[in-house]
Amino acid sequence: MSKFKQKEKRTVPNPPSGSLSDIVFMLLFFFMVTTTMRTEESKVQVVLPEASEIAKLERKDLTSYINIGTPIRSLQGQFGNDSRIQLNDSFKTVDEIRDFIAAERDALSEADRSFMTVAIKADENTRMGIVTDVKQELRKCSALKIMYTARKPSN
Amino acid sequence: MAKKTPEINSSSTADMAFILLCFFLMTTTMDQDKGLQRRLPPMPDPNQKVEDQKVNRRNIIVVKINSADRLLAGSEPMDVSQLKDKIKEFLTNPTDDPNLPEKEEIEIDNFGPCMVSKGVISLQNDRGTSYQAYMAVQNELVKAVNELRDDFAMANYGKLYLKCNEEEQAVVRKAVPQNISEAEPKDVSKK
Repeated sequence: MSKFKQKEKRTVPNPPSGSLSDIVFMLLFFFMVTTTMRTEESKVQVVLPEASEIAKLERKDLTSYINIGTPIRSLQGQFGNDSRIQLNDSFKTVDEIRDFIAAERDALSEADRSFMTVAIKADENTRMGIVTDVKQELRKCSALKIMYTARKPSN
Repeated sequence: MAKKTPEINSSSTADMAFILLCFFLMTTTMDQDKGLQRRLPPMPDPNQKVEDQKVNRRNIIVVKINSADRLLAGSEPMDVSQLKDKIKEFLTNPTDDPNLPEKEEIEIDNFGPCMVSKGVISLQNDRGTSYQAYMAVQNELVKAVNELRDDFAMANYGKLYLKCNEEEQAVVRKAVPQNISEAEPKDVSKK
């Protein structure tokens, strides 16, 4: 009778793992494409104001950012706690916006220049005086498409 | 006979890819910037003579915010929450009030003639106004226009403005224009 007894163990075959690396590579490429490396260091505290009627920014690559707010705690000793403008990685005056816009515009291709948007990221406690100055300066360098960055109300 | 080259062990490529993947997962920023989009008026040409722009007084509503974030719309002080209805009334002019803006019949492509309000909202602020208050007012103005657009889209296409296709949205935008003028900076604090 023992003739029919099968000694060999039935093992579940390993799932083929050959395509695993392909799957991971696909994910990798997805994140490589979508990622934006430019993470500029924020030197001003910005709490965005709330607005319910906000629209999405379509083209992130065509956008330049102007941050306005009080310097962060560690820099307040040096720069005081008055509202300041941050372009790229340093504090700038209103007059330097012109150069900044010119540089940003040069970096874009000819066809995209008319779609350039300037996003104003201002703190909610900023006074409008400095924002108005920035707006006037933008008008002077004819960067007319602007966006007031805001966040959705929390409730 | 040529020597057979041994196959490269490829079992670790998945691990390497995982490490890279983790790196990009950490650094990626998926957050999208959102906000209110505006178009600034171009700078007036200094050589150009200032022409007397004849805009009928009834077609303009002046919204002022002073340095204490108080609001004045038309000629009456009000709260931000009341502003939306005021603006909607101003833009629609349901009773054809002679003090509210006139309407003009214009021909819209793909739609036909339509009565379009000639009203313009002029927003003025003080240097001392807080950005928060300014944005709240801007938001109310946009909300008023968006609601009117929704009404128009509902009446003509049976769906909300954002649900309409590109062509229909263009029609709605023409029929309910968003005329918000951000005036030249003015010092409104002095009496």
